[in-house]
Amino acid sequence: MKKLINEPDAVVDEMLAGMVDAHPDHLRRIDGTQVLVRADGPIDGKVGVVSGGGSGHEPTHGGYIGAGMLDGAAAGDVFSSPTGDEFERLVDAVDGGAGVLAVIKNYEGDVMNFETALELQAMEGAETAEVIVNDDVAVEDSLYTSGRRGVCGTILVHKAAGAKAAAGGDLEAVTAVAEKVIDNVGTMGMALTSCVTPEKGEPTFDLGADEIELGIGIHGEPGTERTEVMSADAVTAELTGRVLDDLAIEAGEEVITIVNGMGATPLMELYVVQRALGGILEDAGVDVWDSWVGDYMTSLDMAGVSITVCRLDAELKELLAAPADTPALTVA
Amino acid sequence: MSTAGDAVVRCVAAIAAAIEADRDWLTELDSAIGDADHGGNMARGWAAAAAAVGELDEPTPETVIKQTGRTLMAEVGGAAGPLYGGSLLFASAELADGLTTETAVAFAETYLEKLTDRGGARLGDATMVDAVTPAVHALRAAIEVDGATPVAALAAAVTAARRGMAATVGLRASKGRASYLGWRSVGHQDPGATSTVIICETILEVLADELDEPVPSVPAVTVHDPDA
Repeated sequence: MKKLINEPDAVVDEMLAGMVDAHPDHLRRIDGTQVLVRADGPIDGKVGVVSGGGSGHEPTHGGYIGAGMLDGAAAGDVFSSPTGDEFERLVDAVDGGAGVLAVIKNYEGDVMNFETALELQAMEGAETAEVIVNDDVAVEDSLYTSGRRGVCGTILVHKAAGAKAAAGGDLEAVTAVAEKVIDNVGTMGMALTSCVTPEKGEPTFDLGADEIELGIGIHGEPGTERTEVMSADAVTAELTGRVLDDLAIEAGEEVITIVNGMGATPLMELYVVQRALGGILEDAGVDVWDSWVGDYMTSLDMAGVSITVCRLDAELKELLAAPADTPALTVA
Repeated sequence: MSTAGDAVVRCVAAIAAAIEADRDWLTELDSAIGDADHGGNMARGWAAAAAAVGELDEPTPETVIKQTGRTLMAEVGGAAGPLYGGSLLFASAELADGLTTETAVAFAETYLEKLTDRGGARLGDATMVDAVTPAVHALRAAIEVDGATPVAALAAAVTAARRGMAATVGLRASKGRASYLGWRSVGHQDPGATSTVIICETILEVLADELDEPVPSVPAVTVHDPDA
């Protein structure tokens, strides 16, 4: 499979170098690490909001570093958690004296490495807190699994928590709004094609020419269900229905939606999905406050889409509307 | 006999060699139920730890274990990095006053506590906890109840760890990557429990050698033949 890379082992390092080169006003890289932080950070007296995880989900997370969102992010190798010492460097680098909130997607490696780093930083006297995002409604949350995965809903957590921190909220308040988003957000995704990791060079799972996979994660792991190709309207109805059911959204409630491309989906197709999503929510009497369409949380070169819905209240609307200035998301 | 710190340095090097010798086996176990990287990750991490502790000036048991934990955290990655590395790092504080039977038991118990806190696994979830828990209990019981020598106590711990490792074969994994397989995880030996046993066996061998005692024979528990 053709890739625009040099060496598989160098992809993350070279990508980070390119990001800093493109966004020098936003991003600074901590020497000798895969950690990016705000070029103008740490901000004295502001709660630091950080995230991180495996690479391959760009613009997540480094693209969301900047005023009003993240103070920094650790990038692991492709689809692999950053190590604990990288998370430690990250937390230490963004601590402006008001504590640090870690926004962690629910994958065992991410959670364990991040939590170990937070415990070590706490022993050094840092004030830290964590939230774990688990918005993927496709995965059963039970005693016998490691729980739901964290996917595209994470971006809304970054936005709301980042805005609260920028507004001067203390660590407890910033953590509380992050939890509020997590309690009210759900996502489900599907794939037309598998992704191809630089290391492996071939599709992670095989999909027939006339097959699609529902309930996929963001690491090329197979989904929950394989079906025949469906129309955009039918796919949108299936994904949206599952998310609305899970969140128990009712007529009259207000939401924000994200139609997220998985990496190789034309914007044309994402807008076709958006049209269908808007129609479904209108029919359900759900009030759409805002709709985001684009590549927010990708899975390398997977073709497919995920749909995220988040229930809103006055506080969340104010935080999502607050200014943000990052490489990947600008709210003026 | 070398200083306690030097002995622990030797032990880390011996563990690195033992893991390297069994890396393909660990990878094979992991490929059946995980992502086939346990052997390579552990071999890389322990080799780096052996190199790092070899550089320490005047090593003590605490500083050697602390450095080992830090290095494993930085090198192993995935979940095994924080589980092995973080637990060793936090438990190393129990050795601040040196290595005695009492501090060894405290170290082992803190290691187990950190492991279960971090990973959330409990006995019976078919993880490394299934090897560590009985090993720690056996170690403490051998010392406190039986008044066993250090070598005999560690031999009891190895026996217990092997039994725990064997038990993971029959259990459905409820934590870790293997848990995604659901009932298909039954019938497979957990790679983390296996590497735990390799480490315990190596500690026993090094301790016996340091104390000029024979390595006690530990009953074999054979449940997986890599050549079969």
